[in-house]
Amino acid sequence: MPDTQEHMAPIRPRNKKRVTAGSLATHAVLSFGALVMVFPFFWQLLTALKTLAETSRVPPTFLPDDWNWRSFDDVFTGLPFREMLTNSVINTVGRTLGQLVFCSLAAYAFARMQFRGRNVLFALFLSVLMVPSSLLVLPQYDIIQRFGLLNSAPALFLPGMFSAFGTFMLRQFFLTLPKELEEAARIDGAGSFRIFWSIMLPLIRPALAALAVITAMWSWNDLLWPLVVNTDPEKMPISAGLTSLEGQFETNYPVMMAGSLVASLPMLLVYLFLQRHFVQSVALSGSKS
Amino acid sequence: MSVFPATAAAKAKERRASAAAPRPGSRNQRAAYWFIAPLGIGFALFYFWPLLQTFYFSFTEFGAFGGHTFIGTDNYARVIQDVTVWQALVNTLIYSVIGLTALPIAIVVASLLNRRGLRGVSVYRALYFVPFVTLPVAVGLVWNWLYNGDFGLLNEILGWFGVDRHYWVSDPSTAVYAIGTVMVWSTTGYYLIIFMAGIKGIPQDYYEAAELDGAGALRRFFTITLPLLSPTLFFASIICMINSLQTFDLIYIMMGEKNPAIGDTQSVVGLFYKWAFIENAQGAAAALAFLLMVVIAALTYLQFRLQKRWVHYA
Repeated sequence: MPDTQEHMAPIRPRNKKRVTAGSLATHAVLSFGALVMVFPFFWQLLTALKTLAETSRVPPTFLPDDWNWRSFDDVFTGLPFREMLTNSVINTVGRTLGQLVFCSLAAYAFARMQFRGRNVLFALFLSVLMVPSSLLVLPQYDIIQRFGLLNSAPALFLPGMFSAFGTFMLRQFFLTLPKELEEAARIDGAGSFRIFWSIMLPLIRPALAALAVITAMWSWNDLLWPLVVNTDPEKMPISAGLTSLEGQFETNYPVMMAGSLVASLPMLLVYLFLQRHFVQSVALSGSKS
Repeated sequence: MSVFPATAAAKAKERRASAAAPRPGSRNQRAAYWFIAPLGIGFALFYFWPLLQTFYFSFTEFGAFGGHTFIGTDNYARVIQDVTVWQALVNTLIYSVIGLTALPIAIVVASLLNRRGLRGVSVYRALYFVPFVTLPVAVGLVWNWLYNGDFGLLNEILGWFGVDRHYWVSDPSTAVYAIGTVMVWSTTGYYLIIFMAGIKGIPQDYYEAAELDGAGALRRFFTITLPLLSPTLFFASIICMINSLQTFDLIYIMMGEKNPAIGDTQSVVGLFYKWAFIENAQGAAAALAFLLMVVIAALTYLQFRLQKRWVHYA
């Protein structure tokens, strides 16, 4: 069929029509996929608004009989939910700031400065990428314990402040900057740190934003490490705290769904506002490695 | 300001500049170490030293009073002889294989989104990415609810098609697949973005030329998109495999501690967590972690060896 079409004179209108039919099909497939992706969250919200009795009805009701917000109160009274959210924020901010500072400093040195042992050190630093994080949990726990930091805020974010991935990613960006900028600044008498801070760092702002966004997401969602170091509910971030919600309200699905929603909401909002940076960070981590 | 002092200052600056030029032992060289030091100290403390320690732990037994006693390779012997380890390893490999199905789905969606003149691309992209951003614990809880044998929506929907009620996550024969499906659901959006970036790098002319030659959409996908995307696909498959081999969160949250199917879904990291922090078998846990690292390294190496057969670099 495409062969004959090619030889026909009035190709334009037909072609156009075919495109719309095709794009309709495309939209149908894509919308179905999108529905599968998002529907569980609608169901989560609807469940959170039902009463416990209604959730155990067979067949399940779609919309709540009467919209009831009590489960959201129960989440905050049944668990130190406010503290957990605060811990998550501290953890996320701590890790992200740490990575931005430590990784950008090292990345700059590796990308733009000459020094003995540079390649060896860089290879050594990159080797951190290869080691599965669970392998290090035991001794990391020992270190945190020895510092007397178990069940504290710094315990959550200390190891996560140092990242080989972040260093690698930022280094790639520093490598793309023109050399003349540094030379000009040096002639004007600026020291290494000043050049780094006021000239080079602002130029890689998109990469910093991308790293910040992806680190924030990983920190907010991290489970194994917080579960290990902070066992006191008041010191847990929300990712670990939700698991104790599961233990406590074992079959109370409305409360569990309400808790999940509240816990996911901050990151979802960050995502909605900073979508561009999210996409960029993923695309970067994908193409630059 | 007269002209003369200015040139003098410029000359002085020039001298200083050449003095600060990168040369072994110069101030610039020492500055570099200061730039690296904070990260280096962090790595030494939290990565390099722990790595050595885990290695040491794996040859010791953790005593009641917090001391480590050297016991040679006993832990490794225990790991190799333990049936639960092999089961966890098999489960972990199953998760990896299921997890990889996110890649073809993501590629298909990415190439659909690449359609010329398609509207709403960013909306679709945003919606597909939402599960990946959501807290894994929350994801696990929602799916447990959807999977629920008595009141779950999934059974209800399948019931319309005459499928019998099923206890998806407590039946050992389906639990791994139920969890694996959620893994795929939550990671597809991530790979979608990676593939969209990859497809963007393919020159549009290729598609136009193929279209002029009468190649249909399927033909264009298999002769242009897929081969030119293979380096991206290679990277994604390595990331995907490494991540699924380390899977823990979803299983931990979806299975809890009392689920009858727990042994049938346990991953290696899940078993590690149980040994290290619940049963206090730190030495054996360390040995297990090393075993996992060896498996990951071996599979990654294998992928790199196989890449010559199917990855095309332009």
